[in-house]
Amino acid sequence: MRSAIRGMVLWSLCLVWLTGWLTACGQRSGEDPAQSRPVLHYFTWSDYVGPEIIREFERREQVKVVIDTFSSNEELLAKLQSGATGYDVAVPSDFMVAIMIQQGLLSELDQAALPNTTQLEPHLQTLPFDPERRYSVPYLWGTVGIGYDSAAISTPPDSWSILWDMRYKGRISMLNDQREVFGAVLRSMGQSMNSIDPQVIESAKERLLHQKPLVKTYTSDHYDQLLASGEVVLAHGWGGPVARAMADRPSIRYVVPREGATIWADCLVVLKTAPEKHLAMRFINYLMEPSVAARTSERLRFASASRLARELVDVSTRDNPAIYPPLDQLARLEWMRDVGNGIRLYDRAWTELKMQ
Amino acid sequence: MPPDDVAHITPTAQDSCRSCWLAVPGLLWMILFFLVPLLLVLAISFASRGTYGGIVWEFTWANYLDLLHPLYGKILVQSLCYATVTTAICFLLGFPLAYVIARSPARWQPVLLLLVMLPFWTNFLVRTYAWMILLRHDGLANHLLLALGLITEPLELLYTPTAVVIGLVYGYLPFMVLPLYVAVERLDPVLVEAAWDLYASRWAVLTRVVVPLTMPGIVGGCILVFIPSIGSFITPDLLGGARSMMIGNLIQHEYLVVRDWPLGSAVSFVLMGIVMAAVVLYYRRATPGDGPLEGR
Repeated sequence: MRSAIRGMVLWSLCLVWLTGWLTACGQRSGEDPAQSRPVLHYFTWSDYVGPEIIREFERREQVKVVIDTFSSNEELLAKLQSGATGYDVAVPSDFMVAIMIQQGLLSELDQAALPNTTQLEPHLQTLPFDPERRYSVPYLWGTVGIGYDSAAISTPPDSWSILWDMRYKGRISMLNDQREVFGAVLRSMGQSMNSIDPQVIESAKERLLHQKPLVKTYTSDHYDQLLASGEVVLAHGWGGPVARAMADRPSIRYVVPREGATIWADCLVVLKTAPEKHLAMRFINYLMEPSVAARTSERLRFASASRLARELVDVSTRDNPAIYPPLDQLARLEWMRDVGNGIRLYDRAWTELKMQ
Repeated sequence: MPPDDVAHITPTAQDSCRSCWLAVPGLLWMILFFLVPLLLVLAISFASRGTYGGIVWEFTWANYLDLLHPLYGKILVQSLCYATVTTAICFLLGFPLAYVIARSPARWQPVLLLLVMLPFWTNFLVRTYAWMILLRHDGLANHLLLALGLITEPLELLYTPTAVVIGLVYGYLPFMVLPLYVAVERLDPVLVEAAWDLYASRWAVLTRVVVPLTMPGIVGGCILVFIPSIGSFITPDLLGGARSMMIGNLIQHEYLVVRDWPLGSAVSFVLMGIVMAAVVLYYRRATPGDGPLEGR
C-alpha cells in the first residue's frame, strides 16, 4: 500500500512537471486523409476569422481550409524562418511584409486573378512597404490611439499628454509593445516613431520613466476588459479592442491624438513555399469581395481595406472612429517601419524602463 | 544506490549489458530532443543577429559581454529574489501540509494527494487568468476583505509584486508538497517517538530529527519550485502587469519581440549555468559520501 502510494506520487510528480511546462503551445490542425478535396492552409492571427466566412469559401470552391494561428508578427516570422512550410496564405502586418519581402519568403501575386483588389481605399493604394503591391494586398487596417471612459474624463482628450496626467494615476494601461509605446511618446515629442537617434530615444525613455508610476499595467491583450470593467479609464491601444469595450460600456470613447499615431494594415500574402498558389489567389480574392470584406469588418471590428466594403458595412461600424478611422486623420498617421539593428536602442531603453 | 546493492541486483557485467538496450529509446529521445536542441542554443548564443532578425553565423562573444551590463544583473537579482521568496513561502506552507497528509489514515492519503494535484487538471494560463479576476479592484478578494471589515478601501492587489508571488506560490506549491510527502512518509515515526522519550523539546524534535531526516524531500521540493519560478514569464506579465521583467520575460522578449535569438540564447545559458552551479554546489557540500536523495 505504502509503496503503491509512493509510486503514484512519483508518477504524478512527473505528470505535474510536464503539464507545468507545456502551457500554451500552438498545434497544427490535422488534415483529414479521407478528404481528397484540395486543402488551403491559412496562417492568421488568433481570433481573426469568421468561421461562417471560411465555410462559405469551402462550399463555393469545394475545398477545405485549414487554419493555423500566430499571436505576433515575430512569431509568424520565426515559424517561417525556422523552415515551417505548407502554408499558402498568411496575414503579416505592414512592417513585417517588408521584412518578408527582404527575406524572400513571399510569392509574387497574380494581379489578373485578384479583380476584387483593384477597389482599395485611396490611401492604401500605394504602401511604403510594398509600393507596387507586388506581394501583398492590404486586408484590414486601423490606428493606434487612446480608449477612454468619458464618464470618468470630463473633457475629451486630444493629446498623448493625458497619459501623463497625475489625476489618472493607476488608471492607465499601455500596450506591452516597445515600438508602440515609444512610438506614442516620440510623436508627442514631435519626432518620427521610426527614429533611430539614440538621444531622441533616450529622452523618450526619460518621459516614459516619469509616466511609469501612473501606469497600472502594460498589456496588449486584455485592455478591452480593463476598460469595460472600469479598472482603467485610459488605455493606449488598437481601435478594434476599444470598439469591443464600447459594446460593454457605452461611455467608452476612442481618440487618435493630434500629435499623430500609428496607422497599420494587416496584409494578405502568398508564401513562396505555398503548395496551392492558385487556390491562394482565389482565397484572397474571395476575402476582398466587398460583401465578404464588409462582414469580416463588422465581425472583427477593424476597417476593411476595400473601398466598396466601406459602403456596405452597417452605419454603427462605419461611424465608429475606433473601427473606421475618419479620413481627415490620415495626414497625422505614420507607418511603423522595421528599424533594422536600431531595434537594439529600443530594446535597451525598454528593458531599462521595465527595470526601473 | 549504495554499491553493495548494485552488486546484488546485477551479479555479472554481462547480465547488466544484456539489458542495456532497454535504455536506448530513452537515451535516443534525450539526445535527439534535449541534447541536440541544447547544443544548437549554445551555438546560437555565439552567433550574431542579422539586420532583419535572422542568425548570422559569425563567432562572437558579444552576447555574453552584453550581459555584463548592470541592467541584466538587476534582472537576475530580481528573479532570484522572486524565486527565493516563492520557494520559502512554498516550504512554510507545504511542509505542514505534507506532514499532515503523510500522517493521516492511509485510506485518506490518495484523496488528499489528489486534491493537491487537482489544479493541474486546468491549464496554467487559465488559472492565472482566474487569479486576475480574484485579485482585481472589484474582485472577490477585495469584496471578501471588505465584508469581513478588515479593510475599508479596496486594496490594489493585481499588478503588484505581491500578486506575482501569490501566483508563483499557487502555481508551484504542489511541486513542494509531493516530494515532502514522500520524505515524511518514509520518516519512521519510531525515531520521533524516541526523541520525545529522550526529553527533546518540540523545537529540538523538529530541527534535530524531523528536518534532517526529511532533508532529501526538502531539497528536492525546493529545487522543483525554485527552477520553474526563476524562469517563469506568464505570471509576472499577467499578474505583475508587465511592469518589471524576470529573466524568463527577458528570454521571451529577446526571442519573440526583438528577434535577437543569439542574445536570448546567451541569457538562457547564463541562467542554466547559474541554476546548475547552485545545484552542484549544494550536492558537493551536503554529500561527502552518499547522495542526499538516497538518505534514509
